[in-house]
Amino acid sequence: MAKLLKNREILLVLAIIVLVFAIALRFPGFIEPANLARVYNDTSILIILALGQMAVILTRCIDLSMAANLALSGMVAAMINAAFPGVPIPMVILTVVALGAALGSINGLLVWKLDIPPIVVTLGTLTIFRGTIFLLSNGAWINAHQMSDAFKALPRASFAGFPILSWLSVAAIAAIYVLMTRTPIGRAFFAVGGNPHAAVYTGIDVGRTRFLAYCLSGALAGLAGYLWVSRYAVAYVDIAAGFELDIIAACVIGGISIAGGIGSVAGAVLGSLFLGVIKNALPVINISPFAQLAISGTVIIIAVAVNARTEKRKGRVILKKAEAV
Amino acid sequence: MAEAHLSPRIIPDRLRSRSSRALKSWESLLLVVALLIFAFNSFASPYFLDPWNLSDATFNFTEKALIAFAMALVIISGEIDLSVASIIALTSTAMGLAVTMGADTPVLVLVGLGTGLLCGMVNGLLITGLGLPSIVVTIGTMSLFRGLSFIILGDKAYTGYPESFAFFGQGYVWWVFSFELALFVVTAIVFGVLLHKTNFGRSVYAIGNNQTAALFSGVRVGRVKFILFLLTGLMAGIASICLTSRLGSTRPSIALGVELEVVTMVVLGGVSILGGSGTIPGVVLAAFIMGMVTFGFGLLNVPGIVMSIFIGVLLISVIALPILWSRARRRMAH
Amino acid sequence: MLQETTPLRMKPAITLEGISKSFPGVKALSDVSLSLYPGSVTALIGENGAGKSTLVKILTGIYQPDGGTIRVNGIETQFPTAMAASRHGVTAIHQETVLFDELSVAENIFLGHAPRNRFGLIDWKTLNGNARELLARVGADIDPTIRLRDLGIANKHMVAIARALSIDAGVVIMDEPTAALSHKEIHELYELIDRLKADGKAILFISHKFDEIFRIADRYTVFRDGGMVGEGLIADVDQDRLVKMMVGRDVGQVFPKVDVDIGEPVLTVSGYRHPTEFEDIHFELRRGEILGFYGLIGAGRSEFMQSLIGITRPSAGAVKLDGKVLVIRSPAEAIEAGIVYVPEERGRQGAIIGLSIFQNVTLPSLHRTSRSGFLKLANEFALAREYTQRLDLRAASLDQDVGTLSGGNQQKVVIAKWLATQPKVIILDEPTKGIDIGSKAAVHAFMSELAGQGLSVIMVSSEIPEIMGMADRVIVMREGRIAGRFERSELTAEKLVRAAAGIVEAA
Repeated sequence: MAKLLKNREILLVLAIIVLVFAIALRFPGFIEPANLARVYNDTSILIILALGQMAVILTRCIDLSMAANLALSGMVAAMINAAFPGVPIPMVILTVVALGAALGSINGLLVWKLDIPPIVVTLGTLTIFRGTIFLLSNGAWINAHQMSDAFKALPRASFAGFPILSWLSVAAIAAIYVLMTRTPIGRAFFAVGGNPHAAVYTGIDVGRTRFLAYCLSGALAGLAGYLWVSRYAVAYVDIAAGFELDIIAACVIGGISIAGGIGSVAGAVLGSLFLGVIKNALPVINISPFAQLAISGTVIIIAVAVNARTEKRKGRVILKKAEAV
Repeated sequence: MAEAHLSPRIIPDRLRSRSSRALKSWESLLLVVALLIFAFNSFASPYFLDPWNLSDATFNFTEKALIAFAMALVIISGEIDLSVASIIALTSTAMGLAVTMGADTPVLVLVGLGTGLLCGMVNGLLITGLGLPSIVVTIGTMSLFRGLSFIILGDKAYTGYPESFAFFGQGYVWWVFSFELALFVVTAIVFGVLLHKTNFGRSVYAIGNNQTAALFSGVRVGRVKFILFLLTGLMAGIASICLTSRLGSTRPSIALGVELEVVTMVVLGGVSILGGSGTIPGVVLAAFIMGMVTFGFGLLNVPGIVMSIFIGVLLISVIALPILWSRARRRMAH
Repeated sequence: MLQETTPLRMKPAITLEGISKSFPGVKALSDVSLSLYPGSVTALIGENGAGKSTLVKILTGIYQPDGGTIRVNGIETQFPTAMAASRHGVTAIHQETVLFDELSVAENIFLGHAPRNRFGLIDWKTLNGNARELLARVGADIDPTIRLRDLGIANKHMVAIARALSIDAGVVIMDEPTAALSHKEIHELYELIDRLKADGKAILFISHKFDEIFRIADRYTVFRDGGMVGEGLIADVDQDRLVKMMVGRDVGQVFPKVDVDIGEPVLTVSGYRHPTEFEDIHFELRRGEILGFYGLIGAGRSEFMQSLIGITRPSAGAVKLDGKVLVIRSPAEAIEAGIVYVPEERGRQGAIIGLSIFQNVTLPSLHRTSRSGFLKLANEFALAREYTQRLDLRAASLDQDVGTLSGGNQQKVVIAKWLATQPKVIILDEPTKGIDIGSKAAVHAFMSELAGQGLSVIMVSSEIPEIMGMADRVIVMREGRIAGRFERSELTAEKLVRAAAGIVEAA
């Protein structure tokens, strides 16, 4: 039992269950399956983004530009749809996923080839991406009536009782899970962050691995861009402003170490769900939605403090008797 | 060996004179760039050279530069503080709250300074007390501090600051010289002296270049870093007093994204983002350059968000260019 | 000699010929040759700094030799990267294993060459199965699915060996593999090495412990000062001859040790212990004395010294300086009290590269050179000039970045830095490690001069000639405990080596 409690994922599942029941005490409707499904659907985009951020953080980097990438990709998706309503939606999605990956690859190249610290690179591209949206759109909004019905309908369309949006996030979780656990590149993400020095010995190119992590986070931001714009049926410069912090919060809560090498798909998903439950519960239990930012911040700090405690390494053991534990 | 001891070699203190070194520095490059932009602006717009217009232009950078001086020290020491814009917001909110409770100008200033210091203390304790990475901590406090403003203010705004409070952001000390500009000059001198002329400043460089060796050499690393975060909080508080006074109102979204401009200013000023090197004169010049570029864009009616593209490109290129430059030089040497 | 001892029928798995390697200011290896034979264990013996680790790094593709050739199975080749060495079947098991703490044991064995299924995905079932098989082959009872960080050092070694087997390495380098193992574990390792031999692996075994060299090695090679001074069959030598080859030169001649009148006790340490690093350390240090601390790498000497100046906290113990009890919680307090520590790792803990020579020298003394917190450059230059001259520093100017100096001159700056604080006790941790002969002599001369002036010196050193040449008294540490105390008059190299390696007086 004690060992189970040390497991971050199980701890998070318990925390989420306690949270959900606590809310249900004051608002029984919260725990109804339909509402829980709605909460999951609301959290889907965050989950998709957190999966990408996870890959980047695992390699000892960070991507602050994900939300800006999402906004730019979303705007491009909306503009394509507004200008050429005939283009099939899967085409649009493929385009923005490719666009997102290309934007992510800019981050990756700067980190890989020029060795610029990831935080600086992505702070810079964050503003560049936002500015580019303005240049593309001239500051104008693209509203619901400019978008085709098919464009708006996809994430809402129901399949086997659940919205496509939820299904897409499930698919993303499954795909990233396979990528992270069953492919060499997925394992390389862990190796590069865990011990870059040793990774070189095993023939892993550290810079290239980081580049690929950024491409992945970019592609997922691109996908999230379409989903966001079609779901809320509006695109403008500031959509998802500040959302990069939620994404990082989800990862940090999920036990993904900012120092790299430690983390899991389950952690990213559960961290997102934890935030998602809080976000959906606030209006229900009559706390101002304005409190959400402060809560995210507090949770980030608590989570990073907890992570730091669990990651503390043992010193060097010289005395023999101390070793015999 | 014995001979060497009998006649020890005399090692000169300095080889190159200070002036020859200054000529090759990043700062002199910045000075040239600043002069070029100044010249370009004066040709591009007939309104630029008007003293009152120039005075207006300084408001584009003074508040950010106040924070940039403290941030320069933080970055030289190898850390970063991304929460400064949120400290501005929380400080401004605290002052607005004080106004609704009937506080007058001196109390407002105290509230402003106090809130800034308190925020800096929170950062400092988390980073040096618990040993957490500053980048994540300040991303956290960045949400926390602004989040608190949102909780207090929601979608409302505070206005109704006393008339005398307007002096900090709108007052003039003499002719076209504003209070903010005067404060900028005084702060630049104070931080310049602190970094370049005191034991404390030397410790900051030592920590930034090699924290472990600095610790072994008896530098009280934790204390120095704590003071740096405290100072950054204080400067953000002062900047918040100026900004709130200039705008005459507080909204929770005040100063959104300013941390990026501050970091860019510091890096443009020649401070290494990896820590260990940089100067206050460099940051002063970078502040002038960014202010004049912003003002020039304004004269040309370029919208603010496009300016942010420029800032983003600037941030990346000022770090990338020296790297590419040294690589090119190495390649030529081979 | 070579002809007599070479098994003529057998071709070497790998041959190094005329390998040289220099670093700025130091010649690490000069014209070294070595052959490793399949099914045979070659012991590589030498003092610290003799060039063993440089050779290992060349063999594993981390360093490139300046000259010489490498032949694998008779074919001349090069190891431009670690990967290339590994592809040629050369693998090393280091003292500090370079593996991934957060990944599973099985994955550590197979990272980079994991078995895949027909969809190209990693086949964990096969992987874990293969890992289990390999672990069984090395005789380790480890669950391959647990995380590496949950293993002790001994088992991590087993994992590293299993990894070596998984890439089917023909040449296995073991760099002090038993340094951190218990008696039982060492025994298991011997059995494993016997099995590897039977498998036809060529093994290079680096060790300071003679009992194990005689237990498992077939051949030996002795290095001294970057050169090879002897090789042959283990059957043809005894321990005394190996020790003599290792220590070699006529000690005591090059060292400018002057006899000083040793005064009253200055520093008294009693009952010092730490939960995992050292225990029961007690000694006295007298005025004008040079006290040597000898031991193998990892014996806990640096750990103890660092706890003395407040980097780590001891769990118990008392320090008295000039009869007064001291509580030291940070290096700053130690410096204030008059105890300074010149650390072993010059680049990481000593020199602050990026700051100039004078800024480095004055850093711990700023409170003396400055006035009310403001720097006084003239005072700083004066202080830096005084101490750098006393240490015979070679530099173009005091304003120069220490990063531009050679290792030896950097070390002089580092020593000057701590001396300028005018301490009562100075602890020098491997003061001449990795620096050139000229700088070594300057450091030794100065150390002697200091003791003559009444300073008390603790010198941590792993170099026997240095210890024998400089110390008035020697404490030997082994596995975190004091393993022997010797007066200068009774010192012999053999005694030191035996005490450090834990060999009972040989017959």
